Amino acid sequence: MSQLDSGGHFVQEAKFYEKLPHKKIKCKLCPRECVIDDRERGYCGARENRGGTYYTLVHSRVAIAHVDPIEKKPFFHFLPGSMAFSLATAGCNVNCKMCQNWEISQVRPEQVPAAYLPPDAAATAAKQEGCRAIAYTYSEPVIFAEYVLDTAEAGHTAGVRSVVVTGGYIQQEPLKKLCQRVDAIKVDLKGFTQKFYTEVVNGELKPVLDGLVTMRKLGMWTEIVYLVLPTLNDSDAEFQGAARWVRNELGLDVPLHFTRFHPEYLLKNLPITPLKTLERAKAIGDAEGLHYVYIGNVPGHPAENTYCPHCRRVVVERTGFLITGTHLHNGKCAYCQQKIAGVWL
Amino acid sequence: MRSLATTRRDVLKACLTAPWLAEAATPSRVIIARQPMVRTATGKPDSARVLNALDRALAACFSADSAAEAWRQVVRPGETVGLKVNCLAGRGASTRVALVEAICERLQQAGVPQRKIIIWDRLNSDLESAGFRIESRPERIRCLGNDALGYTSELAVYGQAGSLLSRAVTELCDVVINLPVLKDHGIAGVTLALKNAFGAIHNPNKYHINCGDPYVADVNMLEPIRRKVRLHICDAIVAQYEGGPSYMPQWAWPANALLVSRDPVALDFTGWRIIEEKRAEKGMPSLKDAHREPAYIATAADAAHRLGTNDPRRIQRVEV
Repeated sequence: MSQLDSGGHFVQEAKFYEKLPHKKIKCKLCPRECVIDDRERGYCGARENRGGTYYTLVHSRVAIAHVDPIEKKPFFHFLPGSMAFSLATAGCNVNCKMCQNWEISQVRPEQVPAAYLPPDAAATAAKQEGCRAIAYTYSEPVIFAEYVLDTAEAGHTAGVRSVVVTGGYIQQEPLKKLCQRVDAIKVDLKGFTQKFYTEVVNGELKPVLDGLVTMRKLGMWTEIVYLVLPTLNDSDAEFQGAARWVRNELGLDVPLHFTRFHPEYLLKNLPITPLKTLERAKAIGDAEGLHYVYIGNVPGHPAENTYCPHCRRVVVERTGFLITGTHLHNGKCAYCQQKIAGVWL
Repeated sequence: MRSLATTRRDVLKACLTAPWLAEAATPSRVIIARQPMVRTATGKPDSARVLNALDRALAACFSADSAAEAWRQVVRPGETVGLKVNCLAGRGASTRVALVEAICERLQQAGVPQRKIIIWDRLNSDLESAGFRIESRPERIRCLGNDALGYTSELAVYGQAGSLLSRAVTELCDVVINLPVLKDHGIAGVTLALKNAFGAIHNPNKYHINCGDPYVADVNMLEPIRRKVRLHICDAIVAQYEGGPSYMPQWAWPANALLVSRDPVALDFTGWRIIEEKRAEKGMPSLKDAHREPAYIATAADAAHRLGTNDPRRIQRVEV
């Protein structure tokens, strides 16, 4: 099914689409459902209709690969202290005005240098680098779903797990397929109003929330990041809405990270998120009863630590992406034996 | 929420510098140069007839006594000219080589040397599929895609558009002549002069939502697109009223014409009307009823853009 096209780029027929008359196709990967004419691409820029057949242009086409602490994703409750072989292709199915990685997410595959890294090679590289997981991150793994599926399978064969860092803007069918293959998903809940998703993200909130519910139902380890943008998504109502929704729909044990924004891409006019705003968000999350509410991108802040929800003592100490102390035993608090939710080493 | 990237200063500046505003008192002229039998029996354009239509259109557009005089109003001595073709659809529905050759001939006669003419579009492969030959030698008329020419590293931003721009328009060319094709577009309604600017940005896939509104207008406001595009020559030798932007022969018709204007909005409005008339004639729904009315044309004319006029009372349609 795969082929090298005339430009030497790796191309493979896409998995999630529907053929329409007159060589058109409808993409069924993300809720946008692009209807695409022959020789045109979808919104993501990474999939192309060629004569009525839809192709991903980014299978094994890795624009960036790096070994990161898994805390950088961030996953705080999934193999903490381990390293993740992190990779991305070009492209994204939204266009967030605050994107930190727009140079790879908001370009077409041929516009950035890329290496050919097929699934087996990715799994081998992860193993050789001493990584316990492959992280699909930086841009948007939804748009390279076929590569994620194949690489996760290769990784499992090699004894390496897979984690996905995503905006969660995906249809249910491909999401369920992903959940069968990967081990954890971190979702960027970019705001908690459709207005924000329309004006800043160019996407929809509801499919993201529906996807989170599906992930939990399928037993996927899930963490949520809420990037706090001054004036745009930082009201008490939005913080409370998000935290209460997590509590009611996903449960108290799903970690919620409120993280600091740094001006980037099309929002360079905004300041960085004030610490007080982040602390207000955490206080609201705590007041809703969530067990694990964090403040992110503020190295050294006490809210980077994991606290036992029962005895309130620190069970994982962090400074930035560095683990400085652990007080866990078999996934339980070393002080009171309370089970701490997560996937532990 | 206000537009994230456009300040009042941007809008004011755009208003004060819009070339169209300086001529606000005069109607925008759209020339339709018809040329029956412009294609030979084999379907290929007849070069002499294309040249004849082009000459009549240019002279009429600039109220000049001759085409040569008109071209001298388009290009000043020493300027490098970019010819922005539209080659997505292969030979069937792309800017025709014969038209581009005719323009190159007249540019050279107007004193533009070959080394100062660049034919460009998105991809080398698109250009080749439309019948152009890739040429990178600097002493020749160059013909290259953005994939060979490259993009700027800094984002250009206006309204909802934020893009990297082709080096063709930012660095290599002083003036751009826009050469779209008269055709339908399955998402944006029509793809004519305004939408052809999508070939100058790195991320056109992001701007087809909402039938391209306001993105098409916003992209045309990006410097230097707004400043450098001086003339629009729309290839309507064979036009298409449905199924675009791909070539669909069942919906193409020999319009045997060129549409020429200095006002892209007026040209788009006129071209859109022609497509609607053909759709009605063929019993097809209007683009509005097909849920893809090209509202971006009106946006391009609004107070925040002022790229031209979509007011039919202020469009002078001239048939030559």
